[in-house]
Amino acid sequence: MAALPFEIWIAIRLTIALAALTTVILLIVGTPIAWWLARSRAWWKEGVATIVAMPLVLPPTVLGFYLLVALGPSGPGGIVAELWGARTLAFTFGGLVIGSVAYSLPFVVQPIRNSFEAMGTRPLEAAATLRASPRRAFWTVAVPLARPGFFTGAVLGFAHTVGEFGIVLMIGGSIPGKTKVLSVAIYDYVETMQWREASILSGGMAAFAFAVILTMTLIEKRVGRVGG
Amino acid sequence: MRAVKMLAAAVALFAACLLGGQADAAQINVAVAANFTDAAKDIAAAFRQKTGHEAVLSFGSSGQLYTQITKAAPFQILLSADQDRPKKAVEDGFGVADSRFTYAIGKLVLWSKNPDLVTNADTLSSGAFTKLSICNPANAPYGAAAIQTLKSLSLYDTLQPKIVQGQDITQAFQFVQTGNAELGFVALSQVAGNNDGSRWIVPQNLYAPIRQDTVLLKTGVGNEAAVAFMAFLKGPEARAIIEKYGYAIDAGS
Repeated sequence: MAALPFEIWIAIRLTIALAALTTVILLIVGTPIAWWLARSRAWWKEGVATIVAMPLVLPPTVLGFYLLVALGPSGPGGIVAELWGARTLAFTFGGLVIGSVAYSLPFVVQPIRNSFEAMGTRPLEAAATLRASPRRAFWTVAVPLARPGFFTGAVLGFAHTVGEFGIVLMIGGSIPGKTKVLSVAIYDYVETMQWREASILSGGMAAFAFAVILTMTLIEKRVGRVGG
Repeated sequence: MRAVKMLAAAVALFAACLLGGQADAAQINVAVAANFTDAAKDIAAAFRQKTGHEAVLSFGSSGQLYTQITKAAPFQILLSADQDRPKKAVEDGFGVADSRFTYAIGKLVLWSKNPDLVTNADTLSSGAFTKLSICNPANAPYGAAAIQTLKSLSLYDTLQPKIVQGQDITQAFQFVQTGNAELGFVALSQVAGNNDGSRWIVPQNLYAPIRQDTVLLKTGVGNEAAVAFMAFLKGPEARAIIEKYGYAIDAGS
């Protein structure tokens, strides 16, 4: 591994930073959405759930296209970028975070929602009879009970962001250290026929994916056994 | 019952379409460097009108296309944006040796959607922009030419932090088109058809000529339509189209 070019380490660091930040934001943004989806009785609730789930089905090129326009000077991204004198959020780390959050949202919201739904209303009712405020009940009862959902959501959100390619390719501009993530680096190596680098990185990604899915399955099994 | 009959009719119609396509006009697949996209479409249309054969075009950077060819992509012809890859195709046994020729000589242009931004080399040295779009120099000759130009002007080191890369020239163009980059190095062919924005045609002494070669691939040997396409590409109709898009024609070929 020591023989890997320096640029690869930059890409690895960038990819981890992107996935980690995206996961943190997704947990913060996704939890209230998941809570609302699990509890609300609004008739349009499933409409919102569908919008959240859409990145599962949409080609990344659709999101990439919308983002390219939305992040640019004639979209909201350009207005935000103007605050610090830039013209666009495309080609920035922040732009990639925005894209990744949209792209990985369903992977985080779905498992957390399922956990909230699975616990039913009784634990919270019990907490209420013990005079816990709704907020306290949420933090001391609902969140701990939904831990497996949070765990699955965080792992999936992280892994899915690491595996993201199409959107980054479309809005990133391949800037080393800022937007050139691992998947794009692999693409470049393949296109320029640097098979050695491409196969080392691809092998690493395959091992990573295997480890993530296996770990999750094993942990879910254990949690299931403890819970049941 | 009615549904079954309708389904059968649909299947029959679909089969007829498939077979009909194979009647006498042949179909070939051509890998086209992205800068040549618009010209290739026009040429394919003219080719179809003249011969009845259909050239199905696939676009990408020369690097992308070449990698696919080495992995047995179903192309019969490569229209590259450089000479190296067609040469390499012959050396590596994918291309037919004596079929290679220069079909166009590309020109690099600095382009902006803003009608007042680009005037000449001073636009670059002024640095009055945040993002300069080019295409991936490792994959695409126009990207390499852009880097050469910046180096010839001794501006590469100062402008390097502002460079954003598209995977091929189409994406480099699109970054400028959407306004995400104020300006970018694109192919003259991409902006030859209009007067939008502002542009500076980069003088030839700042970068090595972009000689774009084509090569017949081994998969196209004995394929009448593929051979016809190569001949058509050398002919006056195709040349007129190529020149219309701002390319120069190689006097020697």
